[in-house]
Amino acid sequence: MSVNPKELKYTREHEWALIEGNRAKVGITDFAQSHLGDIVYVDLPPLGKEIKKGETLLVVESVKTASDVYAPLSGKVIEINNALSKAPEKVNRDPYGEGWMVIMEIKDPKEAEELLSSEDYESYLSTIS
Amino acid sequence: MLKRTPLYELHLKLGARMVPFAGWEMPVQYRGIVEEHLAVRQKAGLFDVSHMGEIRVKGPKALEFLQHMTTNDVSRLKVGQSQYSTVLNEEGGIKDDLIVGHLKEDEYFLVPNASNAEKIFAWFKEHEIPGAEITNESPIWGEIALQGPSSQEILQKVVPFDLNNLPYFHLRESQIERVPVIISRTGYTGEDGFEIFSPWDETPKVWEILMEEGKGLPLEPCGLGARNTLRLEMRYALHGNDIDETTNPIEAGLGWVVKLGKGDFIGREVLLKVKAEGPKRKLVGFELLEQGVPREHYKVLKDGEEVGMVTSGAYSPSLKKGIGLAYLRIEYHQPGTELEIQIREKLVRAQVVETPFWKSGTVGKIRAKEV
Repeated sequence: MSVNPKELKYTREHEWALIEGNRAKVGITDFAQSHLGDIVYVDLPPLGKEIKKGETLLVVESVKTASDVYAPLSGKVIEINNALSKAPEKVNRDPYGEGWMVIMEIKDPKEAEELLSSEDYESYLSTIS
Repeated sequence: MLKRTPLYELHLKLGARMVPFAGWEMPVQYRGIVEEHLAVRQKAGLFDVSHMGEIRVKGPKALEFLQHMTTNDVSRLKVGQSQYSTVLNEEGGIKDDLIVGHLKEDEYFLVPNASNAEKIFAWFKEHEIPGAEITNESPIWGEIALQGPSSQEILQKVVPFDLNNLPYFHLRESQIERVPVIISRTGYTGEDGFEIFSPWDETPKVWEILMEEGKGLPLEPCGLGARNTLRLEMRYALHGNDIDETTNPIEAGLGWVVKLGKGDFIGREVLLKVKAEGPKRKLVGFELLEQGVPREHYKVLKDGEEVGMVTSGAYSPSLKKGIGLAYLRIEYHQPGTELEIQIREKLVRAQVVETPFWKSGTVGKIRAKEV
């Protein structure tokens, strides 16, 4: 299993966020992609979608199951990774790189403080696996 | 408490992800469902199906008993032949689908589904007649399915007879390195293959022998995930999803295993009526015309009106699109009919297609050879 990058923030639902200013790039963690197995479709949200933290942001379909991905932060979807519509397997191959899913404009920067650091996320993983 | 097959420890060693299924702790995948699926289509895969049930019926009245309890015509089976069949309730609903093998003179070996084995055994006992002795052998037998175009090449190395003499839907007793086995040329994948029954405790030995012989082919261990996508591409029904006690074989597209002319059997009266009136709904295959994955219980719509429900759905690794089975109101069952599947809040376009979805399976070739 690859290391969870230190510069990212994490949720207990296995999303990650790369926060830069008022924008956050969002994806799912290596743990999540490994548990879902072969990802065959990423049902991306429409641009401009406004969403609250914890609501369903998008759905990832693996061969096995459909899985909700929750918004790690409140805000608006301003960019989606269209490359995933042709190559959803990028999420399996490179969950922290080419497998990113959306970029959000953050509404409330304070919410970011509630997210987990990579160390916290890894100790959380050790309690569930 | 979940039951474990004799291969449980081997699965853990192979890095399988274990899940509960029909009361058993079973491997859902090892390296990945798509990889395992394609291994079976191209070379070979090995499945632990020890959870499946085994029931033996023997005696001078065994044939008469099975003619009454199952829908296919058992009298057509010569010794060494087997057939796919269904067991119905009095209302014509499907209690289980199973394979009936004519193992010896006056002796039949039946393979019901794991989740139905106890129920079918109890149902048989309830209807038992003198001269037909029914034994539940589920605890005695482990079962391994070797499936894929290379199956014969692998198995031939370890059995003492020519597998060319075991055509599709035939079975016989034999041995693999002194382990007594029953070998059946059947499967649930659409490829050539064998289902090998071995004594419970000796099943790990058979697994290891086959894995060793298949090394370098490669022979992939395969889990329930690939088993499901492989069977769905062939439109093989899954009891509990596509068929159950509320569905009859005619609407399920299994009319070919119902022989109404063979004499009386449980459920026959109802089926005669269904056949005379015509079924009101039909189980059909559909494919998505857009991206997405259909799943069981999703609604099927036609011009905004609900006309059916998905019973099985998946991403097809061979066809690289979403496929599924659904019961549709009879007027919509024709191939080419356009429909919508409701996937969450979206309506995704789909169309009814001819099945099997996967048409180049090696099972077609061995079936042709048999005739």
